[in-house]
Amino acid sequence: MGRLAKQLLPFFSLIFVIVLWSILDTSGNFLTFRNFQNVLMRSTPNMIIAAGMTYVIITAGIDLSVGSLLAFCGMIGSLTMLLISGGTWEQIAGGKPVELTAIAMMAGTMSSILAGGLCGLANGMLITRLKLAPFIVTLGAMSIFRGASYLMNHSKSYAVSDYEWLDMGEVTILSSFHIPSSVLLMIIVLLIAGFILKYTRFGRYTYAIGSNVQTAFHAGVNVKGVLVATYTMTGAPTGLAAMIITSRASGPQPTAGLMLELDIIAAVIIGGCSPSGGRGSILGTIVGTLLIQFLRNGLTMLKVEANVQLVVVGAIIILAVTADQIATKRES
Amino acid sequence: MTPQTGQLHMEKILKVFGPVTALKNATFSTRPGTVHALCGENGAGKSTLMKILSGVYQPDGGKIVMDDREIEFKNPGQALDAGISMLYQELDLAEDLTVYENIFLGNELISRIPLVVNRREMISRTAELCRQNGFDIQPTAMIKSLTLGQCQIVELLKALMRKAKIIVMDEPTSSLTESEAQRLFKIVKDLRTQGLTIIYISHRMEEVIQLADDISVLRDGEIVATGSLADMNISTIVKHMVGRELDDFFPPRHTKIGEIYFQAIGLKSNEGVQEVSFDVRRGEIVGMAGLVGAGRTEVARTIFGLQQLTAGHMKLDNKPVKIKHPSDAIKKGIALLTEDRKRSGLCTILPCSWNMTLPNYTQINMKYFLKLSKERQLCEKFGQKVSVKWSHPNAPANSLSGGNQQKILVGRWLMANSEFMIFDEPTRGIDIGAKKEIYHLLNELAAENKAILFISSELPELFGVCDRILVMRRGRLVGDLKTQETTPEKVMHLAAVEE
Ligand SMILES: Nc1ncnc2c1ncn2[C@@H]1O[C@H](COP(=O)(O)OP(=O)(O)OP(=O)(O)O)[C@@H](O)[C@H]1O
Ligand SMILES: [Mg+2]
Repeated sequence: MGRLAKQLLPFFSLIFVIVLWSILDTSGNFLTFRNFQNVLMRSTPNMIIAAGMTYVIITAGIDLSVGSLLAFCGMIGSLTMLLISGGTWEQIAGGKPVELTAIAMMAGTMSSILAGGLCGLANGMLITRLKLAPFIVTLGAMSIFRGASYLMNHSKSYAVSDYEWLDMGEVTILSSFHIPSSVLLMIIVLLIAGFILKYTRFGRYTYAIGSNVQTAFHAGVNVKGVLVATYTMTGAPTGLAAMIITSRASGPQPTAGLMLELDIIAAVIIGGCSPSGGRGSILGTIVGTLLIQFLRNGLTMLKVEANVQLVVVGAIIILAVTADQIATKRES
Repeated sequence: MTPQTGQLHMEKILKVFGPVTALKNATFSTRPGTVHALCGENGAGKSTLMKILSGVYQPDGGKIVMDDREIEFKNPGQALDAGISMLYQELDLAEDLTVYENIFLGNELISRIPLVVNRREMISRTAELCRQNGFDIQPTAMIKSLTLGQCQIVELLKALMRKAKIIVMDEPTSSLTESEAQRLFKIVKDLRTQGLTIIYISHRMEEVIQLADDISVLRDGEIVATGSLADMNISTIVKHMVGRELDDFFPPRHTKIGEIYFQAIGLKSNEGVQEVSFDVRRGEIVGMAGLVGAGRTEVARTIFGLQQLTAGHMKLDNKPVKIKHPSDAIKKGIALLTEDRKRSGLCTILPCSWNMTLPNYTQINMKYFLKLSKERQLCEKFGQKVSVKWSHPNAPANSLSGGNQQKILVGRWLMANSEFMIFDEPTRGIDIGAKKEIYHLLNELAAENKAILFISSELPELFGVCDRILVMRRGRLVGDLKTQETTPEKVMHLAAVEE
């Protein structure tokens, strides 16, 4: 398989999946504007997180903690919102409704992003300062963040049902075109991530580190700094995605994002990132994420149960990695 | 398996890589019991032809006949079984394994208990083989602790252990010192008398003349000359290689030497540098000679902030400088062209252009944001300067031939436009025409008032381009000689002999 063929593979797979579902779906629900809109909405949080994950995987790292971090950030953001709106501890813990002020919602959203960024920073620091494997550090962090989300309110959620605008608040563009705010946020994140990766020195450094750390170091790259930044750049968008999901579900769930890391990593790798580093693009990640979402959407529509979906996604990851390995071997 | 087999004939071999035709109708034969030299410019197709022989690549046309039987290798394993071993140009050892593990990789000796490897036997056989050939290598040493020269020897041991009939050596001496190379030549001659065929790729004409019985010259994927060495001399070979005569091999040196620019005062490092003091003036090319392990590369690494300075200090333009990290060195205008392009020089899967600009974003005015079209222009310009042969500046670095990869690195540091440049074996694996160009480039850089430190294991080139030659032995500087007032014999003597 040539390099070009490999780059086009995700696109063709996406088209293949869409065509396949259109044929298999007898209800006529799949090939509708509404369903596509639905898939797009569902993929917003994943896209946002996957954009950061792309950087981490290009440096040959991995972040397994994003699913748990999503839950943790949702809890932190909601708690901040409630506290700033003047809720008492009893009200908050008991799930009593508190009227949210606009300032509080803003602050809550910000604090979630900040918390995500700080947690990513911590991951990055542990990996670079203590020279631990990313896999181990983020595996530990995955458990820590999940535990912390449960501990925050005795395994219960917080009541923030007024917090809706981040997901469905409509933004009007060009006076007539309405777009949900979460979709707009996703587009902004993807554009920024794509730009940095392709058009900045920093983007080049991530590729160089993933391809050959030694070379990068010899060329004067601040390897540790870049690595810490990539984990931070995965954490902060996770905080944003957490608030979109909180807003969508009218409250944070300590169980949110269970196994989410699977979908994210699968999407990024299917999109052409090599787990051994040095390859990948944001466009690929977008296609990869859509592919996973359409896959799940179609399987759900065909009434395939969730557990089977897990098996399918797992198998697809292994397939994608195998394809990458074969292509890499061919080249050397 | 009688040793008199191994008659090889490769006929009309064709190999295409996407838009690049690496080999077109290359026909090549060897006789058992001879050393057959394969010469050609960078990118002529030498490595590709040999990788086809050793099963790494499959030809797109043509056939291979060995001992009157047509053979076809799907992978290197099959070629090894058929008695063909290759020492690759880009060393190919498992870094985290030991010497003996590499030698027996995929071919482990099994002890009496099934599935359990016989460590002791493998170690003792490795040690035995080292002893027979006079190599000083610990069988249990880790590959990553070895120098390049030592790695090369491990590769050779691997082939010897496999009892190959045909051994292909792709530029084996490019990382060896004079004495190691001499030892290799002796082994090659021994192997020849044992009836083996050695296919020997080299850019060093003296070696070819000294070793080969037969010679074939590749140009642009075709064999343009083949025959007995007795019928050819260096200049006819070179003419076949480059298609024209080559004169003015070394440039005339008459640049004005200026003020002292770089000064090392009592440099000391835990990794093999002991109180080294020297200076380099503006407009001066200072050579550094020594054997492998003499500490030349270590001096360069210490200056560049790659290993810790435990004592001593450095001055640039008479001002003390502190360098803790390569980025400090680059900021201060120091460049280091590493000797080990695969480990620390290139990001092989990334485009050539990215490799060229990697340390230079500040220099080329792209401190934060890149300008892709300008980047491309710059890479084309510097690519032309070092006459690299690529299908496109954005082709991945590993799609280039070895010598062209080296040119990418030279281009990178030319682009850096540093005031003090350290070149560690810059002509490693570069063909004779391009070597000449690099010497001329060094000369031009000196004429632009840069200070240059030129580390090399090839004395002729040191004598050809340097104003002064520093000699190192065991981490110490043992000589600082004006080129005009010394001789290669004297330098060799200083480098090798203990007082
Ligand atoms: N994997 C590859 N993909 C694309 N092109 C390749 C690949 N390998 C080699 N080539 C091209 O084939 C040509 C011949 O390369 P080869 O490595 O055989 O040259 P060489 O004669 O060994 O040169 P050198 O002296 O520099 O080692 C070059 O133009 C090179 O760019
Ligand atoms: Mg070669």
